[in-house]
Amino acid sequence: MSAGAAIRQRSGKVSLPKVTLAHGSGGKAMRDLIDDVFVTAFANPTLAPLEDQARIDLASLAQFGDRLAFTTDSYVVDPLVFPGGDIGKLAVCGTVNDLAVGGAVPLYLSCGFIIEEGFSTEELRAIAGTMRAEAERAGVAIVTGDTKVVHKGAADKLFINTSGVGVIRAGVTLGAERARPGDVVLVNGLLGDHGAAILNARGDMALTTPIESDCASLHGLIEAMLAACPGIRCMRDATRGGVATVLNEIAQHSGVGIMVEETAIPMRAEVKGFCEILGLDPLYLANEGKLVAVVPGDAAESVVNAMRSHPLGARTAIIGAVREKPVATVIMQTGFGGQRVVDMLVGDQLPRIC
Amino acid sequence: MKYVDEFRDPEKARVLLKEIERLVGEIGATKERPLQLMEVCGGHTHSIFRYGLETMLPDAIELVHGPGCPVCVLPMGRVDDCVALAEQPGVIFTTFGDAMRVPGSKKSLMQAKADGADVRMVYSPLDALDLARKHPDREVVFFGLGFETTMPSSALTILQAEIERIDNFSVFCNHITIIPTIKAILDSPDLRLDGFIGPGHVSMVIGTSPYRFIAEHYEKPLVIAGFEPLDILHTVWMVLKQIAEGRHEIENQYSRIVPENGNAQALAAVARIYELREFFEWRGLGSIDHSGVRIRDAYARFDAERKFPIPALKIADPKSCQCGEVLKGVIKPWECKMFGAGCTPETPLGALMVSSEGACAAYYQFGDLDLLTAAAKSDAETLAR
Repeated sequence: MSAGAAIRQRSGKVSLPKVTLAHGSGGKAMRDLIDDVFVTAFANPTLAPLEDQARIDLASLAQFGDRLAFTTDSYVVDPLVFPGGDIGKLAVCGTVNDLAVGGAVPLYLSCGFIIEEGFSTEELRAIAGTMRAEAERAGVAIVTGDTKVVHKGAADKLFINTSGVGVIRAGVTLGAERARPGDVVLVNGLLGDHGAAILNARGDMALTTPIESDCASLHGLIEAMLAACPGIRCMRDATRGGVATVLNEIAQHSGVGIMVEETAIPMRAEVKGFCEILGLDPLYLANEGKLVAVVPGDAAESVVNAMRSHPLGARTAIIGAVREKPVATVIMQTGFGGQRVVDMLVGDQLPRIC
Repeated sequence: MKYVDEFRDPEKARVLLKEIERLVGEIGATKERPLQLMEVCGGHTHSIFRYGLETMLPDAIELVHGPGCPVCVLPMGRVDDCVALAEQPGVIFTTFGDAMRVPGSKKSLMQAKADGADVRMVYSPLDALDLARKHPDREVVFFGLGFETTMPSSALTILQAEIERIDNFSVFCNHITIIPTIKAILDSPDLRLDGFIGPGHVSMVIGTSPYRFIAEHYEKPLVIAGFEPLDILHTVWMVLKQIAEGRHEIENQYSRIVPENGNAQALAAVARIYELREFFEWRGLGSIDHSGVRIRDAYARFDAERKFPIPALKIADPKSCQCGEVLKGVIKPWECKMFGAGCTPETPLGALMVSSEGACAAYYQFGDLDLLTAAAKSDAETLAR
């Protein structure tokens, strides 16, 4: 090989402190960015050939179960870095959880980056690093990806899309239409941390309260739950729209009523206080490491025990019960002694004027 | 949570409810001929629904959810003016969050934002003033909205802007006053109210004396109430006690916050900046004399209405809306022809469907009393089995 060819083939390094449009051009600068930031961070044998697609051996998938699970989600969180995580961690956890709550073993992720021109390469490297760390924790490999750089103002700093592939365990069928009267409703811990942490991190309220996002991959916890009771009716991760929205979806799809006990809902005093000040309802706050599960009444104890033995389920609580009526409705028994309907929100929660 | 849980104690609630039931019996009210109590303030409406208080009170008490949600009673024409201001080149339009979704005749502020206007949500007028400091090349307009509760904060912000000579800040004043509005309700011929749960935060500013005419002239009891569920039950009990004893007085349940004479400094700031308008238009209630304020001439340079051209068109409420009758307790929200049909929280027609503090939106979201009653009965049956 000539010296020139060797130099041309040299694996790229990005020396500029900021991402420019050249890094999305398809040319050498882009290859350098991909090599230096993403391939270095995500290194694995499926990614290494850098073909236009990841190639996965079907036989290797079949050992995990009998159905493929496939999901996608885009992450546009502001700020990019927040107490308890960053957009990269979120992009891995979120998609891993979307697979896991369907009873799947999460295996492979893709990631697409849309980067605003001028974004710091150092920050990009750090975010790729947290993605790698979280992917390792979740036992998934990031096997294919894409990078686009857009003009200043055309995107807000950085957007990430991740898609995920997993395999659903044989004999497990989870679905929001499967809740039955007599079932109980569980959550795996303190609610509202992520939503409150993000609102607080935006700095609008200038509160000094330390609230950390609960951002975490739940595959291990779910594995333990399904081992304790393969007949769990359904699971959803309570992200945007919070627990209230998930409960409404389950009540509607199953045609049942759900009664929630306000006093049973686990929540930090800081999050409660935060919501009091802003006039927000914590049941609608986003979570990134919390799931809602509907479990047959007679299996509740064994599932709760299994969850509490897992670090991400230590504060597991039974928050409600499924009933025949009123159909497709969630009702809360308030701690004060009254009852109210918990409906879906029309849009975002907006702080009240007084 | 300290200083919060004490006011949400279900044991104390049970004691109060028992006493309330006893008084209802003594007064002789029944489900067919119920006592109608109006909570004037939207904050109370919110608490009543959030804690499910209506499901706890005896059938013989009917709560009428009054006009005290400033977001709800804002007429469409004023929202159009906000949108026009927000769409002026160079303007940053700042507003409290829940005003974002209020529909104008063409669009809401949220839709104007989507169309490219620079609309920003703030938690205080001081945040808006801060934006003006940070963007001296832009014009920052604050949407001054609310009763006497929020008036002092916008007045003090204008005074602060004057001290700092910040001339790229102005207020679009839509502040309204509660007293003429209560009077308008009391004067309405179809009035059936038996008493009032009086505003808490407004009273913290204006004190208790401005309500005296309600007791003296209209002979109705009014008890100023706090916003925690026990505050509200306690207040209901106090109003019933007055009715049972044949009294009609102004009492103060919220004395931990509301001083008898109000807040002198706040009132002074308000008086310095604002003066009464001849009349102000309310969504659902129409025009009410002296029910709004404007910025005085001396502070005209902080008045967005004078600084910028605005359409100021009067847009009539949709004819089908029965907001006025709901506000006065003549009909219940679900008895309105449009409730849930043409008028929903997604596409509100009437005032009371607009904000979560509005009675109709609250029923739509939290409510359906029949459903709740049925659920409570089935609970009781299950327990009995």
